[in-house]
Amino acid sequence: MTKEIIYTLKSPYRENLDVTAFRFGKGEKAAAVVGALRGNEIQQMYVCSQLIRELKKLEEKGQISPDKEITVIPCVNYYSMNIGKRFWTMDNTDINRMFPGYDMGETTQRIADGVFSDLQGYEYGIQLASFYQPGNFLAHVKMMETGFTDKELMKLFGMEYGIVRNPRPYDTTTLNYNWQIWETKAFSVYASATDSIDVKSAETALEAILRFLYNTGIITKKVRSGYQTEIIPEANIAQIHSDAAGIFVSTAEIGGIVNENDIIGKITDPFDGETISLIRTNFSGIVYFEYNSPLINENTVCFKIIRE
Amino acid sequence: MIKTIAQAALAVNEKLKIRKNSIRNGSGKTRLSIVTGIHGDELEGQYLAYLIGSRIQENIEFLDGTVDIYPALNPLGIDSITRGIPLFDLDMNRVFPGSKEGTMPETIAAAIIDDLHGSDICIDVHSSNIFLKEIPQTRINVSTAETLIPYAKMLNVDFIWVHESATVLESTLAHTLNSMGTKTLVVEMGVGMRITKEYCFQLLDGVFNLMKNIGMWSGQTVSVREPIVSLNRSVGFVNSDAAGIFVPCAEFGDHVKKGQLIGQVLDPLTGKAAADIKAVCDGMIFTLREYPVVYGGSLLARILQADENGGEKFEK
Repeated sequence: MTKEIIYTLKSPYRENLDVTAFRFGKGEKAAAVVGALRGNEIQQMYVCSQLIRELKKLEEKGQISPDKEITVIPCVNYYSMNIGKRFWTMDNTDINRMFPGYDMGETTQRIADGVFSDLQGYEYGIQLASFYQPGNFLAHVKMMETGFTDKELMKLFGMEYGIVRNPRPYDTTTLNYNWQIWETKAFSVYASATDSIDVKSAETALEAILRFLYNTGIITKKVRSGYQTEIIPEANIAQIHSDAAGIFVSTAEIGGIVNENDIIGKITDPFDGETISLIRTNFSGIVYFEYNSPLINENTVCFKIIRE
Repeated sequence: MIKTIAQAALAVNEKLKIRKNSIRNGSGKTRLSIVTGIHGDELEGQYLAYLIGSRIQENIEFLDGTVDIYPALNPLGIDSITRGIPLFDLDMNRVFPGSKEGTMPETIAAAIIDDLHGSDICIDVHSSNIFLKEIPQTRINVSTAETLIPYAKMLNVDFIWVHESATVLESTLAHTLNSMGTKTLVVEMGVGMRITKEYCFQLLDGVFNLMKNIGMWSGQTVSVREPIVSLNRSVGFVNSDAAGIFVPCAEFGDHVKKGQLIGQVLDPLTGKAAADIKAVCDGMIFTLREYPVVYGGSLLARILQADENGGEKFEK
């Protein structure tokens, strides 16, 4: 393993921001894995740290294939992590909306450029990604539909579900999208939690990444088989919205099966405790996302269901 | 008449309401919409909204048509000095056109678009952010330049910046409305979290001049300045390569030569200058950094490259 500072940013008053890459094996650029681009992506950094630990062991045992190099960047924006912010410390911009970056541009464009320059030329790219909404979600792998996406590759992770997302305008500045434009086969792996550590789903994500590396011949240590991944277009995922505001309680279970018209949550009045809304699913399927904040506004996505 | 155009219940005993003041007189069908407060830290538009509403109501006999004033599209943001929508950490100017079946920000955005659609002209007033100060200017996407430049010239701004299209800007209010056929002009002026009275009065004159030109105002107006249009001229960006405190020695409207010193980045700890900041091209400074603390990459100034004849200056 080698450790390399791939980008340094000088701060007026803090120690330098040193974005650090861990390299394993030597040879063709086989796979790159990126963890936290945002300051609240603790779970994403944690999964990478566990991956680095595993890859160290594999390298010592000679179980990284000859002529294959793996890079892992566990955390880009630890400046924000250290002060409890999600986006960039000063201007609140999101590094994952700055790709491919620009070396003469603004601070987060420069960081994105510094990171992206190092990440180019890899055959596979894996980002540990997080959702915008606060909530728990089913661990899964996702690809962006860019016109030259091989969706079947998601099956090599052996996760339960592989989701295909049609990019929206704001997706065009994400790492995942730009990786694909620069001809890296890019995946986002979602490991349930974001600003807390969920050990079980972190292990699921870690195992899925190792399985992918084995199935693509990058490592030689066999990983036990996973699921027969079901590929699902994002359009098949239904959103359930809150029709009231108040205190939210979920009665569903992530990954659980629900039937049409089942009650999956309720909203109570924050002052008198009366139930003001019973949240029912309009569809039968699997619970893929549940909102997890105790307070909920009207018209908030509180559940996502993978439709049968 | 004050109308609520969108609302949603918040968790505890409160509703988020987007309101407008719809001022109407005469039989004219022309409708002008003044929109501001998409970003909660931009306040120049608040004063402008007050000035427009106040002047019209004091001289209502000169109005023939409808002026709709939307002072706060992001009221939670303005109330809490938050640029984006609090709770969602979301830039509201990246959620348009929204969706009637979407999340709360999306349903609010969709209701705003529904209400604004059909205006003859919409003016979306911004005031940069807390970091940069902007000379009064209209920003227009190159794809709509032909239609919008004549109206932008009526607004008494110093500068019209015609910029290239960027995919990510497709989710802005202005792009959404323009693509639906509602002519929308984006104005940037001043700096975040402050009110620059002179700029607000400058634009106020422009708004009434535009109203007169589109036949909905018969009261007195003043002649407006001729803006510089950026067509066929490039814009030079001056970004810091050093970290420290930026102290400028140039001002807005200064005509600078390439290589001319426009400021320094200073290190308060060592007492030394970390970098001399120089103009990247000949031209005029129309954006200047207001917030002193800078990292590598922080934008310090924008310079409109001089035209071949050179020489023109912004009025100060």
